[in-house]
Amino acid sequence: MTDTVTAPHSPRTGKRAAPSGRGRRALIIISFLAPALVVLGALVVYPIVFTLVRSFYDRGGDAFIGFQNYLTMFTNDTTFTAIRNNILWVIVAPLVCTILGLIFAVLLEKLKWKTAFRLIIFMPMAISMLAAGVIFRGLFQENPQLGAVNAGIVGIQSVFEDSSYFPGAKIREGHGVVMEQSVMVTEGEVAPGSSVNFPLTAVRQTSLPEDAAQAAPAPEAGGDQVTGTVFLDVVPGGGGEQGQIDEGKSGLPGIRVDAVTVDGDVAAHTITASDGTFTLEGLDSAQTYRIALPASNFSEGPTGVSWLSATFINAVVILAYIWIWAGFAMVMIASGLSAMDRSLQEAARMDGATEWQVFSRITAPLLTPVLLVVLVTLIINVLKIFDLVYVIPPGVSRPAANVIAVEMWTVSFGGGNDYGLGSALAILLLILVLPSMILNVKRFREERRA
Amino acid sequence: MFTTRKRVSAFFAALSLAGVAMLSACGGEETPVATDSPDTGTTAEETTGGEETTGGETTEGTTGDQDFSGTTLNVVAAWSGAEQSNFEQVLAAFSEQTGAEVTYTSFGDNGPTYISGQLEGGTPPNVAVVGQPALMQQLATDGHLIPLSDEIASEVEANYSQSWLDLGSVDGELYGVWFKAANKSTMWYNDDIWSEAGATPPEDWDGFLEQLGLIRDAGYAGISIGADVGWPLTDWFENVYLRTAGPEMYDQLTNHEIPWTDESVREALEVLATLFDSDLIQDGGAQRDFPTTVTEVFGASPQAGTVYEGDFVAGNITDDGNSVVGENALFFDFPSINGSAPAVVGGGDVAIQFTDDEATSALMAFLASPEAAEIWVPLGGLTSPNSGVDTSLYPDDISRQIAEALTNAESFRFDMSDLTPSAFGGTQGQGFWQEMINFYTDPTDIDGTMERLEAAAVSAYGE
Repeated sequence: MTDTVTAPHSPRTGKRAAPSGRGRRALIIISFLAPALVVLGALVVYPIVFTLVRSFYDRGGDAFIGFQNYLTMFTNDTTFTAIRNNILWVIVAPLVCTILGLIFAVLLEKLKWKTAFRLIIFMPMAISMLAAGVIFRGLFQENPQLGAVNAGIVGIQSVFEDSSYFPGAKIREGHGVVMEQSVMVTEGEVAPGSSVNFPLTAVRQTSLPEDAAQAAPAPEAGGDQVTGTVFLDVVPGGGGEQGQIDEGKSGLPGIRVDAVTVDGDVAAHTITASDGTFTLEGLDSAQTYRIALPASNFSEGPTGVSWLSATFINAVVILAYIWIWAGFAMVMIASGLSAMDRSLQEAARMDGATEWQVFSRITAPLLTPVLLVVLVTLIINVLKIFDLVYVIPPGVSRPAANVIAVEMWTVSFGGGNDYGLGSALAILLLILVLPSMILNVKRFREERRA
Repeated sequence: MFTTRKRVSAFFAALSLAGVAMLSACGGEETPVATDSPDTGTTAEETTGGEETTGGETTEGTTGDQDFSGTTLNVVAAWSGAEQSNFEQVLAAFSEQTGAEVTYTSFGDNGPTYISGQLEGGTPPNVAVVGQPALMQQLATDGHLIPLSDEIASEVEANYSQSWLDLGSVDGELYGVWFKAANKSTMWYNDDIWSEAGATPPEDWDGFLEQLGLIRDAGYAGISIGADVGWPLTDWFENVYLRTAGPEMYDQLTNHEIPWTDESVREALEVLATLFDSDLIQDGGAQRDFPTTVTEVFGASPQAGTVYEGDFVAGNITDDGNSVVGENALFFDFPSINGSAPAVVGGGDVAIQFTDDEATSALMAFLASPEAAEIWVPLGGLTSPNSGVDTSLYPDDISRQIAEALTNAESFRFDMSDLTPSAFGGTQGQGFWQEMINFYTDPTDIDGTMERLEAAAVSAYGE
């Protein structure tokens, strides 16, 4: 490639031209090259050189500070996370995209409606990264009412779990009953013949069942009985004394109450009445029991997974990237497949090779050049990833998801105003991209030679 | 809006006609009077109409320094849209009183750039209204500003509390007149939920936590906090710090004269932790953005009783449309801590003077007078820090309450995160914002938060 371009400069051609024609020739060459050189110089070379120089100056650009910015870059926690995340991205995203693309391309080839399927898989490429980021942020919201993924998970889980009457209800502390591992239970043991009240809170007036009535004091307990009242210890509009059954406080009906022996067996159980009262019968008057309201009464039901937390955030963002770029890999590989000479596969099949052998020994090796192109293109693409990482993570997990391009933007334009450090990060990004670039250029040359 | 504007300017044109006719009765010389800013088509037309009839009949000098006919003053500010037309009414009133022509230009979000451009071009505006105290300080230090004359200064001193005078001064010299203010010490609550729970606006922090407990007992989250971005959390910290450490320490911390590892920071964080580390706040705050917190409290199906932020929450509530500000959407002042005096964290816009002439000084004096603010106040959207303003003029109870909290506050402090270098106080994912998010997620880590804040501050202040 270089040879063809520089050929006119070679002395051989120069000698052959007449002296008068030589200047004209040079003029023509320059006039043809000039626009490209000017554009390249102004838009590529100058910014690179300027950024390089700028990276040796401080935040304001007044003082030369040598490699200080580069030192900061590798010692600063946030930047270090960004570099680490970029490595993770480069390892995972291009590889997964290429593998998925290969699978889609090979499998879809055998389908009748392959164009339709290819179109669907390729479709995300038509969505801007920013919009894709917004979509994924929405999908993976923690609140099942907002995030589709958690809505699905919670929907499936709740099929197997009964919903409770009073989700999220709490016990009023300091009245003889406590919360032990989401079970409300009497602090000490209770002998038959006595009463226990359970003052609860955190139940809305609007979510009380229709049959709930004014709470009543516990009935007198017999010798083999424990009685009590489960009531909502809140008077609408305020008032009343905490822990006391006052006018306006509602009984909580339909709550299961257990009498638990010292060994942990349930000796008796019952359900509260509409005024919240319960009577546990058939207890041994010689024994003592703990009275408990099992957790099933107050279960808040399944909750979603916190996808956007620091733990999963990188996985979610990379998934969004794969969703977009797998289609690109598929199209590239599919075009490689269609250009392939099929006689080798036919021959292998004739010789009794299985489909897997045909794929792994013949199709895949023949596709290697295409796969390499896809992989290298994606690596370059992934190194400069910005939009998705900027949009998807909520504030808490932003540092955990940071990448170099976002960090570069933040320290220089996002409020940091430190153009020196920003330039240093840009140079780092450039150095990281260079190997793949060189590889790409080399391969182009080899292809041309072949 | 357009038609209203037209009518209003027509009204002022008519007024000015009357005024001029009266003046001309006293007998005098000439000079045409233009009474409104000519930067919009309609106003220009009205003005031209005015000129035709009054030309050659106006007096000069008879009313002393109150007549500046023939002078044109340039005023620049960030306000556009409704705020612009309201402010232009204020300026029109000045024109009407003095005969000076006042043109208004909005610089939008580019205040510092615009003003420095005008200064470099040698054509500074006569008066600018800017939202950044740091910009005023910079301009004053560079010698571009004219200090207020003793006369205006005494007018300002009579009308403003000490905090505002301090904010308007550079090196002990008074430069600025604060025309507009924002109150960021307002705790908004859904009165439907609060009355259902029997909760009442509290006096102090302990009472506040107690009332939130009542909301929790009633089955709602006490308060909704959005920790997706850091700025609401820095506002929380600023309000608490101003109350626990006091205004002097607040200034010192703002300028990083005391480190973030100071004991006063620990105290403020400990107070915040009593809320952040409790079951009074709504679950899932780390992934909730600020507008959603308002919807959680004032939306169609409210899940929480309270939300904290500045006076602009009223706008969010109105946009959401499910609650009505002044009916079920009410607010109380950020609770006092350990008996602290009324204090407000907020923002504002300060008028500064670039040229040293009588007309400009008269305009500054006018802007410092309650009279000027009282033109805009009834139109809505202006909270005046001027204590001379008649608060009965505010268009509704809520805006009156916001304004009274401001003028009654013993100390007013500018939002700290707006005063610190933006690398510390205004960058997503870093510094003050991010450390407050981290603190929200783990309120027990007070030592770590203080150390990381100090490290971020040291690098951002370039020490």
